[in-house]
Amino acid sequence: MASILNYALLALSSGGEGSGSPLDINPGVIIWTTITFIFLFLVLKKMAWKPILNSLNERENFIRDSLEKAEKARKEAEELYEKNKQNLARAEEEAQKIIDQGREYAENLKKQILEESKAEAKKLIQDASAEIERKNQEAFNNLKTQIAEIAVGAAEKIIREKLDEEANARLVEKYIEDITKG
Amino acid sequence: MAYNVEEVIADSVHNAAQGGNDAGWMMHHVLDARELDFSPFGVVHLPEIHLFGMDISITKHVVFMWLAAIILILIFSAVAKSYKKSIVPKGLANFVEILVVFVRDEIVKPTIGSGYEKFLPYLLTVFFFILTCNFLGLFPYGSTATSNISVTATLATFSFFVIQIGGIIKNGFIGYFKGLMPHGIPLWLLPIMFVVEILGLFTKPFALAVRLFANMTAGHVVIMALIGLIFILKSYAVAPVSIGFALFINLLEVLVALIQAYIFTILSSLFIGMAVHQEH
Repeated sequence: MASILNYALLALSSGGEGSGSPLDINPGVIIWTTITFIFLFLVLKKMAWKPILNSLNERENFIRDSLEKAEKARKEAEELYEKNKQNLARAEEEAQKIIDQGREYAENLKKQILEESKAEAKKLIQDASAEIERKNQEAFNNLKTQIAEIAVGAAEKIIREKLDEEANARLVEKYIEDITKG
Repeated sequence: MAYNVEEVIADSVHNAAQGGNDAGWMMHHVLDARELDFSPFGVVHLPEIHLFGMDISITKHVVFMWLAAIILILIFSAVAKSYKKSIVPKGLANFVEILVVFVRDEIVKPTIGSGYEKFLPYLLTVFFFILTCNFLGLFPYGSTATSNISVTATLATFSFFVIQIGGIIKNGFIGYFKGLMPHGIPLWLLPIMFVVEILGLFTKPFALAVRLFANMTAGHVVIMALIGLIFILKSYAVAPVSIGFALFINLLEVLVALIQAYIFTILSSLFIGMAVHQEH
């Protein structure tokens, strides 16, 4: 019986090569894990995490700053654009005003010149009419004098020649004809 | 005629012990070992160290932990160096940065909140260490250090100390333990609650350790079992099915490797957050 127990123990203790259970705690492995992990932690903390995390933060800040800057620049450009637009509108308005003023001035000038020339023409016509009137008067006066002279001449002739009635009549007719001709 | 009954039984037990139909071959791949098995190319025996009466021999899992540590140090020193050269990341730095930013913005920042920066190096180290250990187990001849309960328990103990010390530094020694008590409970419940809460402090890291260990062990055991089906059923016909399933489980393990590293980190982070900001 003793040997059965012996073999049974042997079977339990050395079940093939992979003896033991996965739940066995091995103090040596614990110690090595502790050492390995602490070593790895210290090395990585100094060598890796610090520079990597720092540069990550740095980059994130850089990107954030850049975005903010870009946003600011965009706003500024927008403001500038708005301002330019306003300036342009104002300039256009001003130009329009100047044009309007010029047009108004020209209009006024035109009106004035027109009025002046009208007045001038009127005056000229008036002067001309006056002149014509005067000339008419003069001609009439001349005519009056001539008729008087002719009448006097005719009378003189009649008296001077002492002609008969027929001859007188003929004479008068002739004179009248003369006058109408002349 | 008289059989030596004793001998027959002993023989069968011996046979069983020598490796017939036991799970030894399966556990051989999962368990820690004193040598690195590169069969059929050979076996590297690891040195045995005894110090102060304690067996602190280098084992397979210790070697793979070191491998993970070396890989991490190499990768991260290269990445840190590339950051010194230019602020714009590229290549490896780009890939690592995704994970680092993931841990920072998706795990640590939301769970701890204000003052998360102090715990970030620890949690990043835990995340990447567990992740690397998990993945090393998926390589041929690799071994998962995180499938060793001693390793996960040690990591969970680190988390335990970080949680408690973080809480004590933030809230003061008395303030921290006072803050553990829920508000507005009857006075006579206090002693019971005190015991429950103190127990709770220890169950959290215990759960962390067991979860990681069990998840990392289970996948390997399942793969071994699937491959083992071929030999148990003694038929080549089983092989495609077994290998197909094993491949599927292997891919699942890639996922599990990521998820478990994530879970260990986020739960540690969550517990730290609970210890630091007790008002929530």
